[in-house]
Parts: sequence; structure tokens; C-alpha cells
Amino acid sequence: MIVTENLTKEFESVLAVDHLTLEVNEGEVFGFLGPNGAGKTTTIRMLTSLIGPTAGTAAVNGYQIGKEDKQIRQTVGILTEAPGLYENLSAEYNLEIYANLYEVKDPKGQVEKYLRMMGLWDRRSDEAGTFSKGMRQKLALSRALLHEPRILFLDEPTAALDPESARLVRDFIAELRKEGRTIFLCTHNLDEADRLCDRIGIFKTHLLVVDTPDRLRTQVFGRKVVFHLIKADEMLAGILRGLPFVSDVRLIDNKLVVNTDNPELHNPDIIRLLVGQGADIQFVGELRRSLEDVYLQLVRETHE
Amino acid sequence: MNRIKTIIKKEWAEVFKNRMVLFTIIFLPLLLATLPLIILGVSGGFGMEDISDGLPGQFTQVCPEGLTGGECFQVMMVSQFMLLFMMVPLIIPVNIAAYSVVGEKTTRSLEPLLATPITTLELLIGKNLAAVIPAVIATWGGFLVFAVGAGIIVQSVNVTRALISPVWLFAVIVIGPLLAVLSVNFSLMVSSRVTDPRAAEQISAVIIIPVLVVFFGQIAGLFFINASIVLGTAVVLLFIDAIMIYLAERVFQRETILTRWK
Repeated sequence: MIVTENLTKEFESVLAVDHLTLEVNEGEVFGFLGPNGAGKTTTIRMLTSLIGPTAGTAAVNGYQIGKEDKQIRQTVGILTEAPGLYENLSAEYNLEIYANLYEVKDPKGQVEKYLRMMGLWDRRSDEAGTFSKGMRQKLALSRALLHEPRILFLDEPTAALDPESARLVRDFIAELRKEGRTIFLCTHNLDEADRLCDRIGIFKTHLLVVDTPDRLRTQVFGRKVVFHLIKADEMLAGILRGLPFVSDVRLIDNKLVVNTDNPELHNPDIIRLLVGQGADIQFVGELRRSLEDVYLQLVRETHE
Repeated sequence: MNRIKTIIKKEWAEVFKNRMVLFTIIFLPLLLATLPLIILGVSGGFGMEDISDGLPGQFTQVCPEGLTGGECFQVMMVSQFMLLFMMVPLIIPVNIAAYSVVGEKTTRSLEPLLATPITTLELLIGKNLAAVIPAVIATWGGFLVFAVGAGIIVQSVNVTRALISPVWLFAVIVIGPLLAVLSVNFSLMVSSRVTDPRAAEQISAVIIIPVLVVFFGQIAGLFFINASIVLGTAVVLLFIDAIMIYLAERVFQRETILTRWK
């Protein structure tokens, strides 16, 4: 669906995107994360044929950027960082303009469909400028969907939204995912990315890493299992450290935090061993690091 | 074609919500049509039939044949103000087009618009027509008001013929739209370059200076608008318009507009 090879963008002396090579599969929600000024918006602008690359190639929906820009624009939807609505025009007319620009077959029908879907139908005649931030974002999202694009680029879709509006937008993105649309999601909200994205790319001028959120966690921090005991001590920790499949054990209060690459396989052995040593196990659970930890770790590493 | 129509309708929907623009489109041509009518009315009541002896030589030289001295004076006076009328197709587009690009940039609506399949040419044609059409309608409408008013006020058929002459009809019907195209493309160029809508309007307003130069030149007696001047102006404007359209399209660089403006 989206394939880039050494995609590069330079603005005069500033390198915004450096040799980005990436593949986003059909029906995938791909999270594109990175600090401010990392080049995320520039990448989206290149992939939506708004600006051209300095070097490298990219194909979106099978169309080459720089060569088949009109086809790309016709087949992708974009939610820009700012809603960019015509504030003194009605919500309905805002969408009608875009339905006509995309030459949608049944413009009125499509406009009604999305206004109803977003819960904005009753406010259709109101000027977009009178809408709350959440409503504006929903209207902008509707605008991006009017021509039923198979690929959707969302640039910070929940930025500056209150929790309720953000939740609504997130739920809607989840619905779009179920419809099998490919979504390229640019966000600072790491929890959102963790929940919505199949794969994540961490980007800072160049691509640092791409993988599923879970694999990224493992890659950066390894897998840790926490054994809650009634009473844990250094002796038990020492025994576990002797196991060949355990790379590290830490004792925190009455918890043993065990690093192991395959908990599904090794946990039964560890439990048997602990029980054999007379330990009373209360709970066993995986210590799940947040995507934020992973992100900060990776971005920090690039600083060093 | 549909996309161009959509842009025109969108521009009008936005721009006509602005009372200042509406005021300019309706009242400016009316004002500039009424002013010469008032002069006609006032000068007609002075009994100027006998002033031919006192007219400067340059007046009588350019005066259409068959007019008495008073009628000639009347035509000369009104013609000065009719020249001001040619500012209508210059001023109205400035109000509409100057805001056109920079306004979209400040409201951040340009990026989603440029992300649609619309081509730069379609967008510029749409924005051009959205500003040219009201300007041309206002110019022609205003002149119609003047022509009807003059027909009612002026007693002499000779004066009416001299005022609603082929030269002036050509100026309004042909030069008016050409001036509007010039003004729109100049305003679009400015609008594509600046970052503030007010700056866009102020800079674009310099487009009226050439008409003012002609106005004062005529008042100073340096020349008097005649058929050859009007025809020559039309040819020059046609040439300048072609260059301006080309430049406006060149200046409207999607990438520069999106990435350099903050």
C-alpha cells in the first residue's frame, strides 16, 4: 500500500527526512511516532503528494509520488494537523465543497452519511467556526473520508482534544481499521498508538525502528515476569539467577522480577522451582512497559 | 470544470459573507456612477451654451464635433470622472483576491484543499473567475446605471452620444475585464507571497496607481482619452494580462506556500 525507498527531503540546508525506507501493508494501522520537528508532517506531505521529495522514491496505492500525484490525491484521505475548515461556512457546505472536489458520485448522500456518523447532522447548518474542537476534528475527519479512500493519513488526530472527544475520535479510527482501511497515524499520544497501531515506526529525521508495539517492548527492555511471593529473599533470587534461560533477577520487596526471553515456555519451570523451594506464590504477571518508556529509551539513545 | 465551479462557489460563499466586500462591490460602482451624473445634472443647469469662447484651445481640439462650447465643457468634465470609473475593475478584485491565498493559509484551509486532486491551474482559474466576475458585473452594472441616468438627465442628444460613445463602451466592456484580470492576478501573486491578509490588501492596492496617473494626466491636460489611446491600452493590457497570469501560476508554488509560511 505504501512503499518508500530512501525517501529524502531537504529544505535548503535542513535535512527533514533522511533516507526513509518503509513498507506499510494493506489494512494496517501504522503509527508514525517521533519528537516535534522530526519530519513526520513532512513525510505525510510527501506521501500525499503535497510536496515532492529531494531524493528517493515512494509509491502510495501503487502510484508513484512525483509522477502520479493527481491519482494519489484522489485515492488517499488526509487529516491535517489543523482542521483547516472554512469557519464561516456551514458544516454541510464544508463537506460538500470537498465532495465536489473529489468528484464523489453522490455528494449529498456522502455528506449526510458522514455527518450522521459523526453525530453532526443536527448541527449541519451551523457555521464550522461555532463548533467545539472535538466537533471540528470530527468534521475534518469526515472531510478526509468523503471519497472513501483506502489509505488515510492522520496527523495528530487527537491533539488538543478533551478526553471525551479524543476517545470518540479514537473509537472512530478503530472502526475504520475494522473496515480494512490502511491508516498512517502520526501521533504524540503513545497510549493511543499502543492501542490502535499494528506496527509502529519511531522516527527522528530517519527511521529508528519499526515493529509491533509488543516486539518493540521486548527488543528494548526484554521480557520481565513478576512473581509475587508471600516472602521473597535473596536466596530465591540467587537460585533463579542460576537458570540458563534467566538473564537477570531483581528482588523488590517480596517480588522477584525475572528477565526471560520466553516466559510462556519457562514460567512453569520457574514456578515449579520456587514452589519446590517452599515459596508461596500469590500472583504471576508480566511486567508490561509502556510504549512511552520504549519511545523515550529509543529517542534518548539517538541523543547519546 | 466542476472543480473550478466548486472553487468559484466556495470563494463567493466566503467572500460575500464579508460586509465590507459586499459594500465595495455594490456601492463603489454606484458611487462612481452617481458622481458624474451629479456633475452632469449640476453643469446642465448653468446655461453654459455661451462659454465656448472661454474654453481653452486643447478642450475645443479634442471636443467631438457638433457640440456647443457648453456641451463640450460638460463632456470634458464628466469624462474626467468617468475615468475614475475604471478603478472599479481594479479595486473590487483586490478586495476578493488579495485575501484568497493568504486567507486560506492563515485559516490553515489551504493544505487540505491542496491535498485534493485539484490542479494548480484549476485552483487559480477558480480563484481568478471568483474575483473577475463580480468586478466585471459591478463595472458593467455601474456603467449601465450611468448610461441610463445620463439619458434621463442630459437634454442634448449630442452630449449623451459623446458620453456613451463607442470609445467609452469599448473601455468599459473590454478594458474593464482586462483591468480586472490584471488586478486579480497581481493580487493573487501578492497573496501567494505575503503572510498577512492586511499586507496583501495594502500591497495589492498599488494596482490602482496607473489609473490614477492617467486620471491626473488627463486633468493636467497631458492627453485626452480617445479611440487610439483606448485601443492601444487594450492591446498593452492583453499582453500584460498574459504575463501576469503566467507569473501568478509560477508564483503559486504549492510546496513553498505550504512549507515556508508559518
